[in-house]
Amino acid sequence: MKKSFLKVSGYEKYGLIYLFWLLLFFLVPVFVILAYSFLTRNYQGGVEFRFSLQGYKDIVNPNYLVIFLRTIILSFISSVLSIVIAIPVAYQMAFSKWKNLLLLLVIVPFWTNSLIRIYAWIFILGNNGLVNQFLIKLGFVESYVKFIYNNFAVVLVLVYTYLPFAILPLYSSIERLEKHIFEAAMDLGCTKRQVFFKVLLPNIRQGIVSSFVFVFIPSIGTYAVPELVGGKNSRLIGNEIARLLTTAKNWPAAAAISSILLSITIVAVLVFMYGGEKREAR
Amino acid sequence: MPGSSVSIVEVDKYFGDFHVLKNINLEIKENEFFSLLGPSGCGKTTLLRIIAGLEDVDDGDVLLDDKSILNLPPNKRPVNTIFQNYALFPHLNVFENIAFPLRLKKFSESEIRTKVEWLLSLTRLEEHAKKKPAQLSGGQKQRVSLARALANEPKVLLLDEPVSALDAKLRQELLIELDNLHDKVGITFIYVTHDQAEAISVSDHVAVMNNGVVVQYGTPYEIYESPANTFVATFIGESNLMKGTVKQILSENYVLVEFPTLGEIVCFRDKPVDVNDNVLVTLRPEKIRIGHTKPQLLEDAVTNIVHGVVDETIYMGYQTKYFVRTDGGYILRTYKQHASYLLDERIIQWKDEVFLYWNPDDSYIVEVDKG
Repeated sequence: MKKSFLKVSGYEKYGLIYLFWLLLFFLVPVFVILAYSFLTRNYQGGVEFRFSLQGYKDIVNPNYLVIFLRTIILSFISSVLSIVIAIPVAYQMAFSKWKNLLLLLVIVPFWTNSLIRIYAWIFILGNNGLVNQFLIKLGFVESYVKFIYNNFAVVLVLVYTYLPFAILPLYSSIERLEKHIFEAAMDLGCTKRQVFFKVLLPNIRQGIVSSFVFVFIPSIGTYAVPELVGGKNSRLIGNEIARLLTTAKNWPAAAAISSILLSITIVAVLVFMYGGEKREAR
Repeated sequence: MPGSSVSIVEVDKYFGDFHVLKNINLEIKENEFFSLLGPSGCGKTTLLRIIAGLEDVDDGDVLLDDKSILNLPPNKRPVNTIFQNYALFPHLNVFENIAFPLRLKKFSESEIRTKVEWLLSLTRLEEHAKKKPAQLSGGQKQRVSLARALANEPKVLLLDEPVSALDAKLRQELLIELDNLHDKVGITFIYVTHDQAEAISVSDHVAVMNNGVVVQYGTPYEIYESPANTFVATFIGESNLMKGTVKQILSENYVLVEFPTLGEIVCFRDKPVDVNDNVLVTLRPEKIRIGHTKPQLLEDAVTNIVHGVVDETIYMGYQTKYFVRTDGGYILRTYKQHASYLLDERIIQWKDEVFLYWNPDDSYIVEVDKG
């Protein structure tokens, strides 16, 4: 049912406005970044308009590979953890009497600036933070436990920050389901475990894919979280891009990393979404 | 597939403070088509869910073939349910929906194929095997859920208002299909409905429920002809309800009752009454004959005859409903089937003077208030 692009009528006109918006503020900047990655570095910052592959050569370096892999792995762990936490939450919400109130509660954290919320984690998990004071007072530990400035803290705060993005798509895909199918499954011989794996999961596949994408993508690009709660060995690619842009003043290299990151993300999302759809259609 | 008997023993159930089921006792014989009939909120669905294991009891017991099943989880009970909204698995096609319980039991692929194909033909769904539930009509969905529930070879099939989401014509068809299916598979069916016509047309026995209590248990005939109380009399079928006072005991089964608006009527009683008791009498509209002339009776025949004027006629194609105002001012409802009009019979019209007459057996004393 493909329509000719030019034959647009009625409400679809409003779609064109959005399309224009996307082109101007999303696609054009992406191409600007792509273009920058092939230009020459200006040591005062910015670029000179001469073609160069030096940006890419600068980042062919085992250090970047480590940071790159770390970014992917930590983002992947955060996404999976978020989904694991979000499924039971979304399930309870979808079949709750107070679903609208609960939905509101999921969104409430967004009313506070995210930096403030990350600082709050420092206050809670820091070496002198609430948890450590509590543990020391009760005598569980001699001196403070190092909860913060490591990869654990990065994952924890990433999950905390992006959990709502995982809950919402799962909520909407569970809410569409008829509650009786779970009872029918038990009636037909499923244990509770089988109800989860054979009925719930296959029916919310699309929601899981969306949740994964919604957590994975912002995690890959995160800058503030590892900057504030990460340690020496939890620098992520976002921090590296920031460093190249500011202190190192190597814009082509920053643009090159961004371009690679973008291509990987696009490929990953396409594979994931296409795979999800294909299985759904079986 | 032989079915099981089900016994409900002194079952009580609360939702918070709300007493949903009050000391329910029922015996459901093996292989019978049993109906739980009642208005919404009477507790019938809750009782069904208790048998299925989807709801706990607060007191009492549920026995299957004289063995308690209360401590079995729903997946261990030899009982399957047809849900009101079909509850098909949206991610599976018709074939896989029906195969679902068989795959859980790890049947071999060939066994599954044979069995599912048999069920597909039983429910006439062969050509829809590859479709997803979203592509099916309501009636087809219901048949899939039926086939899926039968795949496990349950001893008892529980049906929760299985046809109520369908339109009237389809409802009739599916009901007949259900009845045929019951004859074929021969297991116990427990059918929950709020529709009295459904319940009495297919059931072997019916339990009428109201406010968490079984108000009457019996065959459809017993429930229709001898309602236990006013609720049953008005909930099942139409009826003329009349209040009167007993004047005279005529014989073991007949009493003379005086009604302020109808005069003296001979009524049937199957319960003790005395002179001066106030009684409530039900008279089914279809039991009343209507005519322009007074009927010719044999010498010893006892018949109730009332004179009145047609107040309202409702033409319904296969019959006409007459609302007749008696001389005393009571409105009696009656039907006349359009079997065939005799050539010399004049059609009864609005404002005609008519005689209503009926057999004393049909004016049935429902409730007695000892005066």
